[in-house]
Amino acid sequence: MANLDTTADILAKNISGADRGTLARMWNVFRRWPIIPIVVLGTLVFTGVFADQLAPHSPYVADPLDRNIPPVWYPPIVLNAQDSSDALSFPVPVNLTVVEAAIEYGIDPTGLDTREKVQAAFLEKGWKARVQFPTWDHILGGDQIGRDLFSRVIHGARVSLIVTAISLGSGMLVGISMGLVSGYYGGFVDEIIMRITDIWLGLPFILVAIVAVIALGQTFTILLVLLALLAWPPFIRNVRGEVLTLKTRDYVALAKVSGASTFRIMVWHILPGVFNTVIVIATLRVGQLILAEAILSFLGAGIPPPTPAWGAMVADGRTYLNDAWWIAFFPGVAIFLLVMSLNFLGDWMRDRFDPRLRQL
Amino acid sequence: MAKFLLRRFAFSIFALIGATLVTFGLSRMAGDPRYLYAQEGGYGITEERWDSLGIELGLNWKDGTPKPVVFQYSVWLGNIVRGNWADSLLDRKPVINKIKERIPPTLKMGLAAYIFATVIGIPLGVLSAVRRATFWDYMGRGFALLGQAMPVFWVGIMLVLVFSVQLRWLPTGTLGESGNNPKYFVLPTITLGWIAAASYLRLVRSAMLEVMDSEFIKLARAKGVPNMVVIWKHGFKNALIAPLTFSSLILTGFITGAVVTETIFSIPGLGRLAFESIQNNDFPVMVGTVLVFTFMYVFINFVTDLLYAVIDPRIRFA
Repeated sequence: MANLDTTADILAKNISGADRGTLARMWNVFRRWPIIPIVVLGTLVFTGVFADQLAPHSPYVADPLDRNIPPVWYPPIVLNAQDSSDALSFPVPVNLTVVEAAIEYGIDPTGLDTREKVQAAFLEKGWKARVQFPTWDHILGGDQIGRDLFSRVIHGARVSLIVTAISLGSGMLVGISMGLVSGYYGGFVDEIIMRITDIWLGLPFILVAIVAVIALGQTFTILLVLLALLAWPPFIRNVRGEVLTLKTRDYVALAKVSGASTFRIMVWHILPGVFNTVIVIATLRVGQLILAEAILSFLGAGIPPPTPAWGAMVADGRTYLNDAWWIAFFPGVAIFLLVMSLNFLGDWMRDRFDPRLRQL
Repeated sequence: MAKFLLRRFAFSIFALIGATLVTFGLSRMAGDPRYLYAQEGGYGITEERWDSLGIELGLNWKDGTPKPVVFQYSVWLGNIVRGNWADSLLDRKPVINKIKERIPPTLKMGLAAYIFATVIGIPLGVLSAVRRATFWDYMGRGFALLGQAMPVFWVGIMLVLVFSVQLRWLPTGTLGESGNNPKYFVLPTITLGWIAAASYLRLVRSAMLEVMDSEFIKLARAKGVPNMVVIWKHGFKNALIAPLTFSSLILTGFITGAVVTETIFSIPGLGRLAFESIQNNDFPVMVGTVLVFTFMYVFINFVTDLLYAVIDPRIRFA
């Protein structure tokens, strides 16, 4: 909503700021055009498309040594210590930064060889300490089995993009055509289509989706079909509403008189008239689709693992909140940024192209 | 009015039938429901049990020949209506008992979240409309934007991270032993209620802006009516209609939210039961929870329609 301001607002702004500097002018540009959302969205789409080239590591290959390593800005950390006499014993978690450990052992923490000294101090007590260094190699750290989190987040963008693009596309296609038919023919067909839509909207989607996934199997295709089913109702409703008014226009009557077929009238004369509405609804709907996909993945009924889906990554990280918050944090940030920029963009487009849809 | 109510009631019935059709259809689309026992990772089944189960579930006639799907549906529906809801695959307890004991926590949490949403969302919405383009407006809109863009489950986890793991102020989950300790309700309520509060805020704000711009407000102001009376009596009352129609959407959003929130906070409610049934592949329980949730959903929709009619005379007398 931040970008929508009525003329009154803009006028008030302009009157009050008689001597507007460059800063104020820039601020105005940012207010009027959705620049930040477009930049964020562009970055996410770019990383999604070129995930293979951009990701420094494979999102699937795990290195046990990188388990739970912290993001790059963290200080070196003593992760765990193992009984040095027994190589098979289970390491005891320590979770002290190297500096803290150094102070504990009375070592000067500013020296360059602090790490070695700390390890030596541990060894003296009979412990083999594992000191973990955050590296630029793993900017956002590693996940619970040692995969590079940054690469997984980048690949997650691709998964999200593919899922939403396909489900939104097919949902739009079905929704628009059903809306066209329903609005144009009216009567019995209309009644049937609208009642089905109502009933479908009357069902709790996520639960139905879960039942479907369990009953039919957890595959990519089924997820896409389900999300497409989530996508269509608003299209059908709004397109139908538009068509109801469009079909009474003179040019439609003229087309009929000149012998155009029903199909031609619907596709060539009515369809272009609903495009604005469709684009606005699509933008507003994408965010919800992404959230729905994330929730399904989080509940374990979405994209089957090990495909890096953001929702599933947050679910994985949940168990490790105590020692590795970043696993759950960063995928969530990605979802948040994507959905937020889409919402911004959708609001902006609605106010720009179709203010009647304010209620959505 | 009576006609309107009748229509809505008939529609609710249809929605319920639709729900049973969808759940039944899905459970049959998966193939013979008995395969859920026999499949890989299933619970195992003997041959005698296979046959007796066929009759029990209404798949076969007494002599073992299969029934048509329509008959299967009617048997299934009859059992549902009579409260004869199959047994859980996991522990062989009747599904209906399991569901009954899980309802109170869910209702409690839903109520808490709804109160949170109204108490935060509506006043903030009015405030940000009345104090447009000020600090309060930006605060309110920021709150709404965050709420609508952050995934529920992530909000919950981050709240746990900050307030339970780092600051150690609040418990990480469950509703406590008594189930009434307000400390335990804080995080789940915020998690569940934030989106709802955000939607209310946005709806109230845009409705308020529209109403405050209308002629009768100007008239009231010209007459010298005090500002507070203009806002709350002339403005707010008229601005409430649009948000109220969305109440059903907001409340039904709680159903998804309940599954996620209860899972994160280990609250022994219906949503958690649904999640557990997914994890255990416990199909009867899953169907049961979906049916109960759908019933709540349809019921909520019906009630909001009623409220709508009570508040807006244009509907009552149409």
